[in-house]
Amino acid sequence: MVFFLIALLICCFFCLYRIGAGPTPPDRTVAIDILGILMIGFCAILSLFTGKDLYMNVAISWALLAFIGTIALAKYLEGRTFDE
Amino acid sequence: MSNLVIILVSLGIFFNFAGCVGLIRFPDIYNRLQASTKCVTMGTILILVAVMVHFGWNSITLKAFFCILFILLTAPTAAHAISRGSHRAGFPLWEGSVVDRYQEDFPQNKKE
Repeated sequence: MVFFLIALLICCFFCLYRIGAGPTPPDRTVAIDILGILMIGFCAILSLFTGKDLYMNVAISWALLAFIGTIALAKYLEGRTFDE
Repeated sequence: MSNLVIILVSLGIFFNFAGCVGLIRFPDIYNRLQASTKCVTMGTILILVAVMVHFGWNSITLKAFFCILFILLTAPTAAHAISRGSHRAGFPLWEGSVVDRYQEDFPQNKKE
C-alpha cells in the first residue's frame, strides 16, 4: 500500500513542478487538472486498502469540483467574461 | 486481496507515472495536454476498476462506477476547453510543429 501511495505522490510532485515552473498559464492549468485526477486515484487506493466507504464519496465530489475549476480557468484563459 | 487487483493497480500507477513524465518532458502546451490527459485518465480508470473488482457487489462498487462515468465525461471536456482557450488566446506552438489546422480554419485566432 505504501509503495503505491508513494508512487502516486511522486506523480503529484511532478505536477507541482509543472505548476511552479510552467512558462505559460495553460501549462499551470493542465497541471492543476492532472493533479485533480491523480487525487481521485489516491482516494480510490485509500478506499481499496482500508475498506471504508468514505473515500469514494471524497473521490466523486473531487472529480466534479476539479472539473468546474478547470472549466473556469479555461474560460479565463480564453480572455472572455464568465457570463457568456 | 487477489493478484488481479494488484496487477490492475500497478498498471494504473504505471499509466499515471507515464502521463506525469509526459507532463514534465514534452516541449509544448498542446503536447503536454495530449500526453498527460489521456494517460492519467486511463490510469485512474484502471485503479477504479481494481476497486470494483475487489469489493464485488457493494455500494463502493456503485460509487466507483459513477466516478468512472464522471471522469470519462469531464476529463476530455476539460482538456478540450484548455486547448481551445489557449489557442484562441494566442499561445504559440512548438517550433518543430508541422501543421496547425485550427489556425487555417479560424484565421481570426491571434497569432504570435
